Amino acid sequence: MRKLYETVIGLEVHVELATKTKIFCGCSTAFGGAPNSHTCPVCTGMPGSLPVLNKQVVEYAMAVGLATNCDITRDCKFDRKNYFYPDNPQNYQISQLYLPICRNGSIEIETESGGTKHIGIHEIHMEEDAGKLIHDEWEDCSYVDFNRSGVPLIEIVSEPDMRSAEEVIAYLDKLRLIVQYLGASDCKLQEGSMRADVNLSVREAGSKTFGTRTEMKNLNSFKAITRAIEHEKNRQIDLLESGEKVIQETRRWDDVKEYSYAMRSKEDAQDYRYFPDPDLVPVHISEEWIQEVKARQPELRTEKLLRYQSEYGLPFYDADILTGTKKLADLFEATAKISSKPKKVSNWIMGETMRLLKESGMEPEEIRFSPENLAKLIELVDNGTVNGSVAKEVFEVVFAEDIDPAVYVEEKGLKTVHDEGALRSTIDRVIKENPKSVEDYQNGKQKAIGFLVGQTMKAMKGKANPGMVNEILKEVLSQL
Amino acid sequence: MNLTSLTAVALGKKIRAKEVSAAEAAAAALEEIKKKEPQINSFVTVDEEGAIERAKEVQKGIEDGIYTSPLAGVPIAVKDNICTKGIRTTCSSKILKNFIPSYMAQAVRNLEKAGAIVIGKTNMDEFAMGSTTETSYFGAVKNPWNTAHVPGGSSGGSCAAVAAEECTCALGSDTGGSIRQPSSFCGVTGIKPTYGTVSRYGLIAYGSSLDQIGPIAKDVTDCAAILEVISSYDKKDSTSVRRSDLDFMSALTDDVSGMKIGIPKDYFGNGLNEEVKQHVLSAAKVLEEKGAILEAFDLGLVEYAVPAYYVIACAEASSNLARFDGVKYGYRTDDYAGLHQMYKKSRSEGFGPEVKRRIMLGSFVLSSGYYDAYYLKALRTKALIKQEFDKAFAKYDVVLGPTAPSTAPEIGSSLEDPMKMYLGDIYTISVNLAGLPGISVPCGLDQNGLPIGLQLIGDCFQEKKIIRTAYAFEQTRQYQRSPYGSGIPADKAASWKGGDRA
Repeated sequence: MRKLYETVIGLEVHVELATKTKIFCGCSTAFGGAPNSHTCPVCTGMPGSLPVLNKQVVEYAMAVGLATNCDITRDCKFDRKNYFYPDNPQNYQISQLYLPICRNGSIEIETESGGTKHIGIHEIHMEEDAGKLIHDEWEDCSYVDFNRSGVPLIEIVSEPDMRSAEEVIAYLDKLRLIVQYLGASDCKLQEGSMRADVNLSVREAGSKTFGTRTEMKNLNSFKAITRAIEHEKNRQIDLLESGEKVIQETRRWDDVKEYSYAMRSKEDAQDYRYFPDPDLVPVHISEEWIQEVKARQPELRTEKLLRYQSEYGLPFYDADILTGTKKLADLFEATAKISSKPKKVSNWIMGETMRLLKESGMEPEEIRFSPENLAKLIELVDNGTVNGSVAKEVFEVVFAEDIDPAVYVEEKGLKTVHDEGALRSTIDRVIKENPKSVEDYQNGKQKAIGFLVGQTMKAMKGKANPGMVNEILKEVLSQL
Repeated sequence: MNLTSLTAVALGKKIRAKEVSAAEAAAAALEEIKKKEPQINSFVTVDEEGAIERAKEVQKGIEDGIYTSPLAGVPIAVKDNICTKGIRTTCSSKILKNFIPSYMAQAVRNLEKAGAIVIGKTNMDEFAMGSTTETSYFGAVKNPWNTAHVPGGSSGGSCAAVAAEECTCALGSDTGGSIRQPSSFCGVTGIKPTYGTVSRYGLIAYGSSLDQIGPIAKDVTDCAAILEVISSYDKKDSTSVRRSDLDFMSALTDDVSGMKIGIPKDYFGNGLNEEVKQHVLSAAKVLEEKGAILEAFDLGLVEYAVPAYYVIACAEASSNLARFDGVKYGYRTDDYAGLHQMYKKSRSEGFGPEVKRRIMLGSFVLSSGYYDAYYLKALRTKALIKQEFDKAFAKYDVVLGPTAPSTAPEIGSSLEDPMKMYLGDIYTISVNLAGLPGISVPCGLDQNGLPIGLQLIGDCFQEKKIIRTAYAFEQTRQYQRSPYGSGIPADKAASWKGGDRA
């Protein structure tokens, strides 16, 4: 019989920071751009060029550190990590080994059992990204694009405190929300602005010592992470069960084939010959600076969740979903500010917006419509200009093209008809054309009125006020 | 009289007074270079066309009142590890033999703003690694005092060019003595400024925490004038220091009365050539006669400077030189299979033996298991050496000693024993480790007619004190021209013994 095993997981998460310029030069960090169009002597490793630290990088790293309860290293330093690879123009990466900017933090996650658990953060350090190699199979040669070279990253290294894929996802979700709320990064796993490497080992339940761990790379989605963890856990348990040993190595996950393979073992591990970068001076972080960054710290999710319930009177369910994505929370707040009908705003976001996102396979970050147009639409419904079903149709256009709903309703003639005379003559006609339904109604079949309302709405091209239609119909039918 | 025999400031004065045009000054320098280069080899690249073109522009600028600096219109040579936009910058290495920077070093930009004219790029020890300028891929530089001897290094090309009067002045760089020691060997004056005074942007790094660009010229006045021009706070260099005391020419006062000069006993012990010792001590005497107060003291830790330096400089170099890999620019081997071999062959073929030795040494001291024992220990030693100087400068305004333990050795006599060569830097190296300013001024010739240098060291940011002291000493003597400077024909130069011709 199999023994009971416990899985031990720690994460190394790289987050690309949302600065406008690179970490050590003034080049743009924008995506796209022709190869090597966002480069200069510094980020292409030209001789004689020197790095100058982008202050915004330090502030983002501090902000993430403060939001994850880290100690801020008052005099942190940059070190060179030496290794040869063509995507790395200096053949060293400027990173932090000896004195990283943040240490000893933690974040709290909700566990499946409904409790909470602290996941320790060992350190957060700042470093530069590498360029990109493009292999031309046809020409049998390789090109280097240094546009990404020098894009700022922070690496958030957790303690080995996680025990399951669920905990890992909860931690990543929480971390991503914190970083997004801080505006420090958009944290898109698919696009690589957030990358997670999983360090995993297994041990017999109850054991106090850690087993040999492996590091898993190339995990591009939460699903891939979950699958890779399950797979690696089982692979290691199988090895141990068959009397073999786990080898300390780095493995690469292939999410299509759903398996991993060894990239390099510990024996092949390079000696990076880290040493303090003499081109950069230590970064002194004063108490004032910390306080400044703290003061600018935006409201994080936990506080927002509470405030949405108290200030806007939203139910927990709504507040929880809206604050679950920074984009939705921002959209909600901006719209609620204009329309001052928070519950209605929430309904539109939670209902129609989420439905359309799901249907079109989009992420909330991809929402294009403006809070102004959603607020206008809510107002159009509220003052009776359009009815609910017309509003839903109009919203689909707002969602897709961010049109001004007031203009659209006007142009397309979608206004609800409040003219009682026109309504009465339409109802008269409907009654004449549907004697069977009228008879049914008069014979006590209450449901038949629904059909007549529908026919009237259809004749009015949906622009009638359904309440009014119902009322007049009843009145007319009772008088027949 | 040739225009290159003038000092830079004197030439600048003539140009501004319209006695001479900038173009004539440039042409004169180019003429001298053409004449003397076959024997001296101080230049890797001479920018004849560019210099003449630029001289015309500057001349117009002078006439329009744009350029008013003492260096306006003055041709200057720049060491070949300082990037010059559009002019090839090789570090005297095969690996960069075709490298043309697309950017200008800040120090050169400052020179150009003052209207100086870059005439060419001077030869040096490959990547500034050496004390003889024999490790250059472009051949050894000869000492203009005696072409059988080395000019010192690594700024041997800049110092030889000034001593041979190929131009009036030059820029060098100093990581462990590379301005001061060849200045001493070539009988010219050179300053290594306080670390952070001259921007390192565009200086191809050897030991980043030690490197400084500085002036080399015939006299202290020129050096002060050039230093004033090239010094600036530069936000492109994180180690640059904001200073408001860069008016170095104000220190040219010929007044040392009451100045306290410390003479470290440790600089006059074993290994110091007797003639050098006597000349340096008599220079001290001269200063005493002018009112300075001399006192001998124990500096301490002197013997640890050389080992600490070679650990730190080589560690930094091993990483700084990693970028020369054949991928982006510079030399790439012709024939390779795969990336690894391309790296290996390009670097094996592109670097010379001394550079390889230092890269290996540096890689070793940084490798895991040795980092603490070597690199960290060297950093601690560096800090202790700084403390020793702090103690000295609590008592003295200036520290005085020899620049080098001997005069210029013969070509070919140094490289087979690198340890001996390294020890030749014993008096200059600690100045870099402590980040201090130092100057070397000529103080006489040995009996073979080779120049001897006097070194004056100041506390951080106290360039003015060493300039003042050096200037006062200089006022007591005449500038001694080298045979190549004074135009002794090549065939007689080797046998000429020099001597005072004041």
